[in-house]
Amino acid sequence: MHVVVCIKQVPDSKNVRIDPDTNTLVRQGVESIVNPHDWYAVEAALKFRDATGGKVTAITMGPPQAEEALREVLALGVDEAALLTDRAFAGSDTWATSLTLARAVAKLAPVDLVICGKQAIDGDTAQVGPEVAAHLDLPYVTYVRRLELVEGSRLRAERITDLGYEVVETPLPALVTVVREIGDPRMPGLKHKMRSRKQQIPVINAATLGLKAEEVGLQGSYTKVVRVFAPPPRTNREMLDGSVEHQVEALLKRLREARVPGL
Amino acid sequence: MKATIDKEKCVACGACVDACPQGAITVDEEIATVDDRCNLCGLCVDACPEEAIGLPEVRGPKTEGIDAYRGVWVAGEVDGGGVHPVTHELLGAGRRLADKLGVELAVVLMGQGLAAGARDLIGCGADRVYVVEHPGLVPFTDEVHAKVLVELIQAKRPEILLAGATATGRSYIPRVAAALRTGLTADCTGLDIGEDRLLYQTRPAFGGNVMATIICPNRRPQMATVRPRVMRKPGFDSGRQGVVEPFTPGPAALASRVKVISSVKDAQDTTPLTEADVVVTGGRGLQKAENFKLVRELALLVNGAVGASRSVVDEGWMPYSHQVGQTGKTVSPKLYMACGVSGAIQHVVGMQGAEIIVAVNKDPHAPIFDVADYGVVADLFEFLPALTKKIREERGEG
Repeated sequence: MHVVVCIKQVPDSKNVRIDPDTNTLVRQGVESIVNPHDWYAVEAALKFRDATGGKVTAITMGPPQAEEALREVLALGVDEAALLTDRAFAGSDTWATSLTLARAVAKLAPVDLVICGKQAIDGDTAQVGPEVAAHLDLPYVTYVRRLELVEGSRLRAERITDLGYEVVETPLPALVTVVREIGDPRMPGLKHKMRSRKQQIPVINAATLGLKAEEVGLQGSYTKVVRVFAPPPRTNREMLDGSVEHQVEALLKRLREARVPGL
Repeated sequence: MKATIDKEKCVACGACVDACPQGAITVDEEIATVDDRCNLCGLCVDACPEEAIGLPEVRGPKTEGIDAYRGVWVAGEVDGGGVHPVTHELLGAGRRLADKLGVELAVVLMGQGLAAGARDLIGCGADRVYVVEHPGLVPFTDEVHAKVLVELIQAKRPEILLAGATATGRSYIPRVAAALRTGLTADCTGLDIGEDRLLYQTRPAFGGNVMATIICPNRRPQMATVRPRVMRKPGFDSGRQGVVEPFTPGPAALASRVKVISSVKDAQDTTPLTEADVVVTGGRGLQKAENFKLVRELALLVNGAVGASRSVVDEGWMPYSHQVGQTGKTVSPKLYMACGVSGAIQHVVGMQGAEIIVAVNKDPHAPIFDVADYGVVADLFEFLPALTKKIREERGEG
């Protein structure tokens, strides 16, 4: 089985915010990390490979330094990696990103399974996975917490829903997006760590994928950001002091004034 | 491509340097320069006090016959036979947009046994309800719902499509957008029509620390998802007139490669997290699993849901399905009560969309107080029972 796992290097979003006074992005101490949800995707891919045999290829689209993210997952035992980088990819929305990733998956054929994290923490859209599947016309399953191969050819997946979970089956090739319950990522092994530093990572650009500059990046995107601003600040916080009885009364009074149902 | 600097306007003030998350801008004594790290995010454009920075235009090809696309649609959500409340909320938002554009508001229902639900949606503001009934639509699969909706959209050509950002909507709507080759904006918290007739979609990014307004100028329909409970439910008018129109999709649309083998609802006595008006969340401050009963008792009393911080899920005190935060669920209830939760940013990003946040913690310096509307510095083991008791007493349940 050949599993492709799509990862993304993202700014550590806990440090990204807009200064409400100057309306500028505060980027103090913002470092690039592997999207936290993608670690689960990598773990799912490795587990699936370990159970079925075959190999795992990690791909990422980003600036040249996104290569670091690929080396981090190679250290966990991912077999191969490819970096999709091109000036023309800059400014991609989910449509252009998913088109680029889909072309890369097609180039890595034959591919049996594509695994993505449920979403990236910078955009939080959860769209790229399903859109990659749509471009490739693959069946897909989102929010997966368990994966297994049945009878050598079908995938059985447990996916969480808003109210519980579902067990579904799909033929391969297919795409899944996974949640944290799939399992925490393993630690890097020494052997893989050594290999990850030296391994060749092929670089793929728009031309390699047969994509024209106007099909990718900002030019190939259908959505456009017209304004970025700080969220409205929470109105002044009020500390409710006094005895516990006073605190309870004060809180109930305020919540009822705000018409919170159920109180 | 990268951001462009207008030499005439740039005063080399450096505001863009601070704004750039890529570190792609440098400034010397005369002018700012953008290097190849620029990923066209546009944050510098807003930061520039001189309006000296621009971005290259989006030039994607226009949808053919773009001006023929008219009307606002809501993709209705049906679960367990009933219409999901997010559908009603979207009709409220959709009505406002349709009125501003002077067009019809329609809603699409897919499933079985939908007649009563359909008429109800007219009372909630829909002018037209497209009803697609077929056994192949139950149980829900992404593939069939996406294909049927695509077929209907191609036949009727709405200019806007709104859908719920539920687990279901977030799963199948991206496929619809990709199939129609159009833009999709997830988790919008604000929707408005501009003077150019375009849909201005505002959404949080970077875990809610930044807001962005997004348009889809050249493709139709313009598509957006909205989380449950973000838009206000409209009033019901039993006298409203509207049309219920059945639609029969082609047989190819009704085949799914993904088969649902079984579907299980979590056995829980409290309301599901993403649907509750009130979420009471317990953190490590509860000290042990048994003490979650204090949180559960309060949640049950106010018809709310029980949330859990990541650390208590890791401890095994609560199942993952209750986890709120970056690697768990995102909730936006009317009231969020964080009890004994320290307030790590990974938790906060999952709940800062709540209308009112109450923090109860015995440590007055806990970061959770920074995002709270009301802060209570107290011992949980005194405060929670006292609050529960007071509510009971006032209801005469002593």
